[in-house]
Amino acid sequence: MIWNKPKECMSREDMKRLQGERLKKLVERVYHSTPFYRQKMQEMDVTPGDIQSIDDIVKLPFTTKQDLRDNYPYGLFAVPMSEIVRLHASSGTTGSPTVVGYTRRDLSIWSEMIARCLSAYGADCHDIFSVAYGYGLFTGGLGMHYGVEHLGATVIPMSSGNTAKQIQLMHDFGPTAIACTPSYALYLAEAMAKTGIPREEFKLRIGIFGAEPWTENMRKEIETKMGVDAYNIYGLSEVMGPGVSHECECKDGSHIIEDHFYPEIISPDTFEQLPYGEQGELVFTTLTKEGLPLLRYRTKDLCTLTDEPCKCGRTNVRMSRIVGRSDDMLIIRGVNVFPSQIESVILEMEEFEPHYMLVVDRVNNLDILEVQVEVRDGYFSDEISKMLALKKKLSQRLQSVLGISADIKLAEPFSIKRSEGKAQRVIDKRNLN
Amino acid sequence: MTIRQLSVFIENKTGRINDVTRILAANGVNMTAFSLAESSDFGILRMIISDVDLAVRVLKDAHFGVSVTDVVCFACDNTPGSLSKILEYLAKEDVFIEYMYAFSQGESANVVIRPTDVNRCVEILKKYDCNLLTDSHLH
Repeated sequence: MIWNKPKECMSREDMKRLQGERLKKLVERVYHSTPFYRQKMQEMDVTPGDIQSIDDIVKLPFTTKQDLRDNYPYGLFAVPMSEIVRLHASSGTTGSPTVVGYTRRDLSIWSEMIARCLSAYGADCHDIFSVAYGYGLFTGGLGMHYGVEHLGATVIPMSSGNTAKQIQLMHDFGPTAIACTPSYALYLAEAMAKTGIPREEFKLRIGIFGAEPWTENMRKEIETKMGVDAYNIYGLSEVMGPGVSHECECKDGSHIIEDHFYPEIISPDTFEQLPYGEQGELVFTTLTKEGLPLLRYRTKDLCTLTDEPCKCGRTNVRMSRIVGRSDDMLIIRGVNVFPSQIESVILEMEEFEPHYMLVVDRVNNLDILEVQVEVRDGYFSDEISKMLALKKKLSQRLQSVLGISADIKLAEPFSIKRSEGKAQRVIDKRNLN
Repeated sequence: MTIRQLSVFIENKTGRINDVTRILAANGVNMTAFSLAESSDFGILRMIISDVDLAVRVLKDAHFGVSVTDVVCFACDNTPGSLSKILEYLAKEDVFIEYMYAFSQGESANVVIRPTDVNRCVEILKKYDCNLLTDSHLH
């Protein structure tokens, strides 16, 4: 079912007109309420009057995650805090995470967006959703939660973790849909099989997976093992959260909620806008957001866009799967991890040399992060327990900074490959492409 | 009355122990005693050797992580109860042992102890007239 036919099936001309109008208002708003954008536009000699249609968007400045960090916590909010009703924060990097704020209207739009997604997956008010994204600062849990309520379906606010209980409640409460990360879905499917409970005692039929990149092969595996139709949901907290784009029954690219988020593909090198079909970095402008409106936010996600109409009847632009990143960010168990975060923890500890290697792998469908690090001369001990204490100390610090656990492997001096030029610090064995 | 023990950190890789022994051999360093402690992804080789300073230098040059620790070494009779008697003294005097290793040959046995408090351990062993060994006895 198409939840919002007027918006989702709008002609391309009408959509462009609507986007143009909304962009004009957005630019006026941020120019007058966000000093950051006013200054950036003045530096580029652009005024709100220069923006007359959506095509004028190329005149506007980009926004990066660094800009959000530089203006931490509320510097880019465009409304007074009295109008902000909720905050979320991304896992972020050392020091400051990125904080996003929502007005009441932002939350209402977000819920409606997710209702559109869920409808496209074939869900309606008769469905019961187990939302197994983490509830909390992460946008996944609460975002999905209110979307399910907006749809009129039933939500089980399961949150992440505690797999045994997840399975028990999935059995007892009979959810027909589950939302979680694709890697957790695989883990869960195997855990379900291990319980020996026959599949027909579960009512699951729809799986909604996002917050980390996944592949067609993973889709097939999840569908086989879990016995659901598996659909992608895409989003990022800076832009809104999950629901910025979603697949439909055709499973052929994710439809972008284009009346709220204007997508562009740019070259990560020249920053020039690229035509549809070409691969580059995905950029979003939040056309209607009030709390934290963003002009041309660089997602660093690499993909392609198409405006070919979809067989499902929706006319909005679709994005391909994410094929990579234009920066070195890793997504591990749904959590954003930058090698620089790990580096800064290691550099703070005199027990270790600043030489490390990150090995990311997927074992039993769960992402594993191994940090190999050289012990500094003078910190080798004759006692195993002292060496293990070094491991533990680093692993606890990493856990507190990254929010995920890492396996530490102590390495001999000079055993980690030195490179000339740009250091190769990451080995990702997950083979996601 | 202590002996310097050399410890070498080694990653769990086939042939890695031999890398150490080969370097020591090439430099004419003789091993008197040797023990290997293992954990899941690394091990620690502990050795009593003829020239600790030389071994430290050549192993560091070969990029090994090393440490030197004072340990206590004593000889006792190679008969049932000899070791037990000495450990009894240490236990009674509250000397905690982190680890130890030993070897026996003929009439006597040599024991290497790594106590938490080396000086106190030496003091106790002296008090009970144990046969403490030094480098000159071993090499």
